[in-house]
Parts: sequence; C-alpha cells; structure tokens
Amino acid sequence: MSAPHLSVDRERCIGAGMCAMTAPEVFDQDPDEGLVLLLHTDPPAPHDTAARMAAGVCPAGAITVHDPRDDSL
Amino acid sequence: MSASLHTVTTLPAQRRPGCPFDPPAELLDARSHGPISRYTHPGGKPGWMITGYDLVRSVLADPRFSSRKDLMNVVDFALPPAPPGEFLLMDEPDHSRYRKPLVGKFTVRRMRLLSERIEQITADCLDAMEKAGPPTDLVTAFAKPIPTIVICEILGVPYEDRASFQEQIDTFMGGEVSDEELIAAYTATQEYLARLVAAKRANPTDDILSELTDSDLTDEELKGISLILLAAGFDTTANMLSLGTYALLRNPEQLAALRADPALTDGAVEELLRYLSVAKTFHRTALEDVELGGQVIEAGTTVVLSYHTANRDPDRFADPHTLDLHRQAAGHLAFSHGIHQCLGQQLARVEMRVAFRALLDRFPTLRLAVPAEEVALRPETADIFGVKSLPVTWDRT
Ligand code: SF4
Repeated sequence: MSAPHLSVDRERCIGAGMCAMTAPEVFDQDPDEGLVLLLHTDPPAPHDTAARMAAGVCPAGAITVHDPRDDSL
Repeated sequence: MSASLHTVTTLPAQRRPGCPFDPPAELLDARSHGPISRYTHPGGKPGWMITGYDLVRSVLADPRFSSRKDLMNVVDFALPPAPPGEFLLMDEPDHSRYRKPLVGKFTVRRMRLLSERIEQITADCLDAMEKAGPPTDLVTAFAKPIPTIVICEILGVPYEDRASFQEQIDTFMGGEVSDEELIAAYTATQEYLARLVAAKRANPTDDILSELTDSDLTDEELKGISLILLAAGFDTTANMLSLGTYALLRNPEQLAALRADPALTDGAVEELLRYLSVAKTFHRTALEDVELGGQVIEAGTTVVLSYHTANRDPDRFADPHTLDLHRQAAGHLAFSHGIHQCLGQQLARVEMRVAFRALLDRFPTLRLAVPAEEVALRPETADIFGVKSLPVTWDRT
C-alpha cells in the first residue's frame, strides 16, 4: 500500500489534540496556539495507518487524506 | 423509516436495576427502532432524541445545529444567552474567541509534561488512604481530590479554598438539590471566581488564569471561562475515576487483565470512557429545516443527543454492552465531536491513566466493601453520571 498524502487546515483545527495523540509520529500541536502541525506529509508504514485513523477521529475535519489510490486526486 | 418512528416520552428515565452502567432501557429500545425518535422535552416542547452513533456525530459536526443557550427551545419562556466566557453554549465566532486562547495551554505535550506532578498528587492521596486503613470511600479519598487538586493548580485556585469550592460545584452539578440551593451554590461560585480573577490581575502567579489576564478578555469573561474549566475539569474526571473503578470491580476478568498488563492502560481508559459516557446527553437546536435520518427537523427545534446510546451503538461497536478493555474504542463520543469537543480531554486522559494505574498497583486486593447492588448512584437528573460513594476495602499487608 502506498503512503497516504496528508494535508491539514489550521483554520478549521480546534486544537483538541486527537491527531497528536493518535499518530504522534505524524502530527504535533504548536506550543503557542495548540493547533495542528503536520510533521510528515507522506507518512510511510508503519505510521500510515495511525495517520488515517487520526484523520478519522479529528473532531473538526481538519485533516484530509489524499489517497494515491483515489482517482479523484 | 417513519413507519418505525419511535417516541421517547420523558427523561430522566431510570436505568435498569442490576445494569447501572447501561443507558436507560427506554433509550436503548428507541435506538433499536432507529437512530432518531420523537421526543418531548421535560418543559413540554416537542423535539427529537438522537440515539445512533452516525447521526449524533453528524449533528455535532453540522453548523446548521446551534449550541446557543438562548436558542434552546425546551421550555415555554426564552432562555437568556450564555454569560460571557461560557463558550460551551455559544456558536462561532464567539466560541472560538474564548476557546482559542486556551487551546495552547491544553496540548497533548503540555499535559504529558504534567504527568509527573499528577503522579505525585495521586501518590499523596493513596498514602493518606493507606495510612487511614480500610474500609474507605473511594470518592472522597481518591476520585474527587485528584482532579480537584490538579485543576486548582493549573488554574491557580489557592489550595485552602478548594474544599468549599468542591462542595459548591458538587451542589450545582449533583442533581439533588432544590432550585434555590442550586442558584445559591452557583452564585457563591461566581462571587468567589470574581474575587479570584481580581486577585490574579493584581498579583499574577504562574497559572493559566494569571496568563489569561494578559489577554484582551474582561474580568467578567475570565470568570465565565474559569467556571467552565473548573466545573468541567473536576466533576467529569472525578466521576470517571469512581464509576470506572466500580465498573472494573464488577468485571473481575477485565480488572485482572488490566492489573496484569500495564500496557493495556491507555486502551482501558478509552474503553471506560466509551462504556460509561458520564456526560450522557447534550442539546443542539436546528437553525434551519434539516433532514436527518429521513425526518425533517424544523428550524428552531431542539434535539437531544444521547452520547451514551451512541457509544453503545451495535453498528459502530461490536457487542457494545460488554466492557472489553482490549477493544479499539477510539472514535467514541465521550468527549463529544465537532468544534466543541472537550478542551481538557488530554488532561483528563493523563489523570485517568496515572490514577487508575497507581490505584491498582498500590492495592492488589482492592474490592467493594458492600454488596455491589448497594453502591449509591447519582440520580439521572445529574448532568454527569456517577456514584455518590464507593465503599472499598483491601487486605493490609
Ligand atoms: S485532531 Fe483535528 S482539531 Fe484536533 S488538533 Fe488535530 S487537527 Fe486540530
């Protein structure tokens, strides 16, 4: 499976930290505002699954997974 | 869909005897008929009850549903707007204006750094418990003091003031007092916080409230924010700790698994959050006509979101009424979803991970000191579900 390509929208982020908790290798929060920081735009295995899960649990829909397998990219 | 449209008449409904952790039977029954039911608010206004996971989650993420207190259509008179700073009951952009300055202070990283201090606080509580000897009430010895001390330190509430505070918050969140008593406790807390904010402005110390006096927030707003942080930071975690321990003691195989494997702790906390859903319900009001699960929710109608039944939705969680610490409980709605998702959730997680672990390690023979059915539960009228007291005992070594 190829790595998912990720993007984040800091305007939408509410800083709940679900991403940094779920996939700490891929996401962090900046220390001042607490908003999402994307550490890897194309996380390879083994972190890709956690990254997808983080996108799924983000309460604000601030993380997008652009899947290489997805033709709409 | 409408052929099977179900009606939920009133809340609070009683939980089934012997199943204190399960949602009331009436709500589980409603969910089995479909994710949305007609509902009459206790004030007599018609509304909807949403019990299915997907639908609850979608409403929480939908800006067509408002959190504003003054739009809530549940009683015959108009409710006042939320007081300044109480951003839980506001929509954008007001909500963000209050939440934004707080977010950086509750990050995953900052909360992890706090864990050492939380370990110390927990150890002190357990020392005192051990010294006093069995039996004890776990609520007063453990579940309340830990989150209270933590939130007071973070916010900068002086240690000496903590007891009166805890009592006031208990009074207005416990669901067991008259309206007059409730208003009196709420007012007393407000007055206390007003004095505290003034004191921090005059003499800032190293805490969140002092840091916030440096922003453009007014004293009135800071008072509202502190109230939310205090009430939310204390009551929810306290009840998760006591009710969670009770649930573990009633599920001995799960307890044994957790004792045997410290690596299970993080997952166990998520599963307890899902299984117990101590914040049971929240309200949202439709700003326009919205179609939901085949029904049209008319503009101005208030819907009740049942987090508890959503977290027990068999379409989302297999065998949902079983406490299974090994399950993948991520995605539960115990901290809500959408822009209002709990600001303090990472703090709550660290507190629970540290406190459950330390309790089990310290007392390998911990057990209930009364028959399980005799543990006194909070009434359904309480905003946050929990036990009133949890008598436990253990073998001295
Ligand atoms: S989970 Fe979503 S809202 Fe929360 S910090 Fe990450 S990106 Fe922001």
